Amino acid sequence: MFKPLITIVRLINKSKISEQVRYASQALPQLSSEKYNIKRKDFGTIKSSDVSYFKSILNEGRVLTDENDVMPYNIDWIKNCRGQSTVVLKPQNTEEVSAILKYCNEKRLAVCPQGGNTGLVGGSVPVFDEIVLNFSLMNKIESLDDVSGALICEAGCILENLDNYVRERGLIMPLDLGAKGSCHIGGNASTNAGGLRLLRYGNLHGSILGIEAVKADGTVIDCLRALKKDNTGYHLKHLFIGSEGTLGFVTKVAVHCPVLPKAVNLGFFGVENFENILKLYKSAKSSLGEILSAFEMADFDSINSTVQNLNLPNPIADYPFYVLVETHGSDDAHDSEKLSRFLSKEMESGLIVDGTVTSEPSKMQTIWNLRESIAGAGLVVGYVFKYDVSIPLKNYYDLVPILRKKVGDKALIVCGYGHVGDGNIHINVTVPKYSQEIASVLEPYIFEEVSKLNGSISAEHGIGFRKPKYIHYSKDKSALQLMKDLKQLMDPNGILNPYKVLPDTI
Amino acid sequence: MSRVLVGVKRVIDYAVKIRVKPDKSGVVTDGVKHSMNPFDEIAVEEAVRMKEKKIASEVIAVSCGPAQAQETLRTALAMGADRAIHVEVAGKDYETLQPLHVAKILAKLSKDEKADIVIVGKQAIDDDSNQTAQMTAALLDWPQGTFASKVEKSDAGLTVTREIDGGLEVIKTKLPAVISADLRLNEPRYATLPNIMKAKKKPLKKVSAKDLGVDIAPRIKVLSVEDPPVRQAGSIVPDVDTLVAKLKEGGHV
Ligand SMILES: Cc1cc2nc3c(=O)[nH]c(=O)nc-3n(C[C@H](O)[C@H](O)[C@H](O)COP(=O)(O)OP(=O)(O)OC[C@H]3O[C@@H](n4cnc5c(N)ncnc54)[C@H](O)[C@@H]3O)c2cc1C
Ligand SMILES: Cc1cc2nc3c(=O)[nH]c(=O)nc-3n(C[C@H](O)[C@H](O)[C@H](O)COP(=O)(O)OP(=O)(O)OC[C@H]3O[C@@H](n4cnc5c(N)ncnc54)[C@H](O)[C@@H]3O)c2cc1C
Repeated sequence: MFKPLITIVRLINKSKISEQVRYASQALPQLSSEKYNIKRKDFGTIKSSDVSYFKSILNEGRVLTDENDVMPYNIDWIKNCRGQSTVVLKPQNTEEVSAILKYCNEKRLAVCPQGGNTGLVGGSVPVFDEIVLNFSLMNKIESLDDVSGALICEAGCILENLDNYVRERGLIMPLDLGAKGSCHIGGNASTNAGGLRLLRYGNLHGSILGIEAVKADGTVIDCLRALKKDNTGYHLKHLFIGSEGTLGFVTKVAVHCPVLPKAVNLGFFGVENFENILKLYKSAKSSLGEILSAFEMADFDSINSTVQNLNLPNPIADYPFYVLVETHGSDDAHDSEKLSRFLSKEMESGLIVDGTVTSEPSKMQTIWNLRESIAGAGLVVGYVFKYDVSIPLKNYYDLVPILRKKVGDKALIVCGYGHVGDGNIHINVTVPKYSQEIASVLEPYIFEEVSKLNGSISAEHGIGFRKPKYIHYSKDKSALQLMKDLKQLMDPNGILNPYKVLPDTI
Repeated sequence: MSRVLVGVKRVIDYAVKIRVKPDKSGVVTDGVKHSMNPFDEIAVEEAVRMKEKKIASEVIAVSCGPAQAQETLRTALAMGADRAIHVEVAGKDYETLQPLHVAKILAKLSKDEKADIVIVGKQAIDDDSNQTAQMTAALLDWPQGTFASKVEKSDAGLTVTREIDGGLEVIKTKLPAVISADLRLNEPRYATLPNIMKAKKKPLKKVSAKDLGVDIAPRIKVLSVEDPPVRQAGSIVPDVDTLVAKLKEGGHV
């Protein structure tokens, strides 16, 4: 039969991550407050006069109060946390955010900021009845300087939309992650998101040039300079990068966009054991040097879970480990030659057992999709305990086999994958159903082990709601005290994203 | 055993956003990533499987196009084709190259190379013509099995399952024959590293349309290439009743 191109493309392109998630488990998660036995703090409760006030500044349509309308804003992406908010506000500009916070601060109403709600530590949804302030309507791009690469936009712009926009103009966003189709740049900034190309383009403390944010009392803090260099006093923008909405709400960002690479290559390899992955990484750094843009790994169970649960094709045979190597460069011939020399050498050495390499965008997309879908693959069959840790490279994979043994057949899948180049591994333990019993086998055990190895219990996802009580495994008391002092200074009533990030006791 | 000739076309990669040239004479191809037409990948895969099943003795990949068509041929070689023929058609000539020209080239090569089976994709995703297989069969006066979703060897020739409107049709053809590959015929493999390396050393011959005695003077003229109309924005309705009312209003139910 004769089919127009569009059908074919749809047939060839397997479903995107956002869709996979929509089809994931439909059951309502337990209320976070019950599941984790949390007490409500002494905040005001919403009255109808409050709702009327919000309607007066935002108008009717941007104040959601219907239970069904509000429900999705109460549940996080992995369906682990469920809050009890009754009001969602959707401001359209900084002035509205400021007016809302000023009012809430006076009335001591707690507020939870929400971007694309793809956060993985429960930070983006309320715990009790905090008002949800959702940024999705703050999605305007203000300017792009195609010489310096500085992009200025509002916090609610979706990362993928920004990437498409700047690509049309010869640039790319400095970060990329599996959630790009939903996550907001404001959410990325607030979580200091890492992602797939941190290895090459650095983290957001470097790429974000400026930030505009609103403090708890409604004051707008303007640090929105789009300058690479600005040593005038304290570097306040950094307070808002990675503080997960606890010090202020990000309303605008200035981001430095690198140049769109003219030549992109992607290799996907089978590797015999983890030791060989480290050898291969060392070799890739020296052979590919400045063009290396990603070095990712996944174990057999990670890839197998996407193949089995999401029906995605694996382009190569089964191997104990997989490695994905990407290059970004400016000259096709130069890059292919370098890559080809690296591949010949490592095929011969046996570090690469087999694999494939391509520069065709559609094939690269298929391979990346396989890697990026690992995060969601377990959700199709059960509940996923997710750990995102940094561990010194020589011990990078140690915990996976240990955990596998520890949970035994209570788990459906125990897998490890991640950003080897950044020393960051994700460990997912998929079980048929959440249970306190399995939770207590995993936690705090895993955090203790990470701490012993001098790692970080949260490499890129943040602390959010799920990890404040474990933060001490990675942060000294002195640092925690300073965090508390800063919080007190910027949000004395504690209305900004309560129950998140800061532990109750130090 | 048979010798299989596979046609492969270099097209703009389907993951790339297509842009129409400002003068509406065509689409922008400069600096745009290309790859093998997805249906041709399926054709190559089928030919290579025939070889693996010992139905075919040799697989020859053919591509008509500019110098870069050789990259597409290397991909076919890496997937398992034995040798390749590049029919160089460049610049203005390539812009006006049409299915009839390609069919004439394939027909001539099939005779020269003594091929028993010609496999091509059912259509190329750039100009969506869906003509090459049919025209090649007509020029050679061979039987054709188009829109194939399954190809099996039978005593006298091939049994081909065809995807047609409303179902499947099974036909038998004698050899030699022309096949066009539909989407479900197979899932093409990724070229593996050792095969990518080996492909660099496989023979690739370059010829011109003139060498083959095929006249590629344009037969049709493209008047204008335009973007499809922008899809109208949808609207969100509050409940089922409103939806039904709207559908009735539009005469859809
Ligand atoms: C499939 C998948 C893959 C992922 N891959 C990665 C990865 O590779 N690397 C990585 O680092 N993370 C990853 N994540 C985690 C997450 O997507 C990122 O942390 C992302 O940056 C969150 O953005 P968001 O807009 O969805 O924020 P949300 O989830 O809405 O919020 C995250 C946190 O920031 C706060 N917040 C949101 N917007 C604002 C604002 N404007 N001002 C103040 N606070 C705000 C929220 O309250 C919350 O605490 C992944 C998630 C998924 C689902
Ligand atoms: C020839 C020359 C070239 C230069 N080129 C550059 C350049 O290219 N780029 C650039 O940025 N700068 C440049 N500078 C400026 C200067 O050298 C740099 O800023 C340098 O980083 C200062 O280091 P220092 O140890 O000399 O600090 P000092 O000059 O001793 O101190 C600088 C400031 O830091 C404070 N300070 C010093 N040590 C500490 C500490 N341990 N804890 C807390 N505060 C401290 C001091 O009180 C002072 O305020 C240049 C200077 C010279 C003379």
